[in-house]
Amino acid sequence: MLTKRIIACLDVTAGRVVKGIKFLNLRDAGDPAELAASHSANGADEVVLLDIAATHENRETLVDTVRRTAKELFIPFTVGGGIRTLQNAREIFDAGADKVSINSAAIADPALITQIANRFGCQAAIVAIDAKRSNQSGKFEVYTHGGRKTTGRDAVEWAKEAEKRGAGEILLTSMDRDGTGKGFDCELTAAVGEAVRIPVIASGGAGGSDHFVEVFGEGHADAALAASIFHFGLSSFSDLKQQLQTAGIPVRYPC
Amino acid sequence: MIAIVDYKAGNLTSVKKAFDHIRAESVVTADPEVVANADKIVLPGVGHFAATCALSSAGLREAIASAIQREVPYLGICVGMQWMLESSEEAPSVKGLGVWPGACEHFPADVKAPHVGWNQVEISHSSSRLFRGIPPRSFVYFTHSYRVPVIEATVAETEYGGPFSAAVEKDHLFGTQFHPEKSGTVGLKLLENFCNL
Repeated sequence: MLTKRIIACLDVTAGRVVKGIKFLNLRDAGDPAELAASHSANGADEVVLLDIAATHENRETLVDTVRRTAKELFIPFTVGGGIRTLQNAREIFDAGADKVSINSAAIADPALITQIANRFGCQAAIVAIDAKRSNQSGKFEVYTHGGRKTTGRDAVEWAKEAEKRGAGEILLTSMDRDGTGKGFDCELTAAVGEAVRIPVIASGGAGGSDHFVEVFGEGHADAALAASIFHFGLSSFSDLKQQLQTAGIPVRYPC
Repeated sequence: MIAIVDYKAGNLTSVKKAFDHIRAESVVTADPEVVANADKIVLPGVGHFAATCALSSAGLREAIASAIQREVPYLGICVGMQWMLESSEEAPSVKGLGVWPGACEHFPADVKAPHVGWNQVEISHSSSRLFRGIPPRSFVYFTHSYRVPVIEATVAETEYGGPFSAAVEKDHLFGTQFHPEKSGTVGLKLLENFCNL
C-alpha cells in the first residue's frame, strides 16, 4: 500500500538551517547536509530544502548547499526558494535535487510550471502555496515572497490551476499555523486535496504526532512536512511512525 | 565501466551519485561508442515516454540494442524500464525497445496519479538476482503516472489501483519502476546487486 510520507524540511539561509515562527524570529538549527543525512538515517521519507531568503534578497538558491546536501542523500530531495527561470531550475537539478518547488515565481509567471514540467517531468515540478485565512471572506488567500505579499488569489483555485499547468505535487503551507506547533490546518489541506488529483503535502503547525494523525485523517494529506520538531529532537521519525501505524495510517516503518 | 545513458531526460546526477557511493565505476554518457563498449548499461529516466525519441536520433538506441544482443547487462529505471516494452499509452506513436510485448498503461481513474511515494514490493521470484538479500515487502520510492502491467518477466509487484510490475528481470535484462537511487539502503543494495552480476 502506498504510504503517507513524513517530510523533513530544512529552511535555509546563508548556508545554515534556521527556524522561525510565522516566517519571523529566525534561530540557527544546524548544517543542512548534516541534518539531511541524519534525518534520512532516522527514517524521514523525503527532504525538502527551502532557501527562505532567496526571493526577498533577490538571490539565487545556494547551489553549493544543494550539491553538498544531495551528495550523500539517497531519498527524494526537493529544493525551493529563488527559482525564477528554467535555467535556475536546471542548476538546482544539476546540483542533485530531484524536484524543485516554485512559489512566488509560479504566481508571477505560471507558464514556468509548464516549462519545468515539460523539461523535467511533472513529478519534478512542485508548486508551493503559502495560504492564510482571510478574516473577511473566510477563504484561504495566497501569499508570496515568504509571506510578505498578498496576491488576493484563492488557494484552492490556484492549486487547481497549478495542477492544470503541470504541477506534480502541491506543497501547502498554512501561514496561520507555521511555527506555532498547534497542528496542521486540516480544513485548508482537505479543501485543496479535494480540488486536485495530485498529491498534497501539508505544512505548517506540526507540534506532535497527534497532528500528523489528524492531517492524514481529516486533512486527507498525502504527505506532511515539518521542520523544528525534527531538528530540535522533539520527535523522532520512528516514534512518530510507530504512533501513526498504531492509528491505522500506512507509513514506511520499519524502514 | 557502467554507462549511464544521457538522453537529456531523467535525473542522471542522482543515479551517478548512487554508483559513486557504492564505489562502482560509472560514466554519464551520450556517446554511442561509450555505450557500445560498456560492461553494463543503465538507462535512467523520469518524465515523458516520448523523451526516449532522443535515443534514436542520437544513435543510442542501436548501441543499446546491439549491446543487449551481446548479453551486456542492462538496467532500465522508471521510463528506462517502460521503454523495454513495445509502447506506452503516454506516447502511442513512440516505439519502445520491445524486448517484451505489451504497452505501458495509465493508472486507473479511481486512484490519484502520479503514484508518488514509498510503496512495498512483493518479490514474486525468490531467485531474482536483482533482489538478492533484499527483505520481502521492502519499501521503495516511486514517482510515475504510467506503469508496466504484470508480465512474464515480472519479478516484483506493487499494489496501487491493482498490481503492476515494480521490477522485471530475465537473464541479463533488468528494470525497476521505482527509483533505486532514491530508495535509501534498499535501493543501494539493489544497485550493488546489479554491479556484482
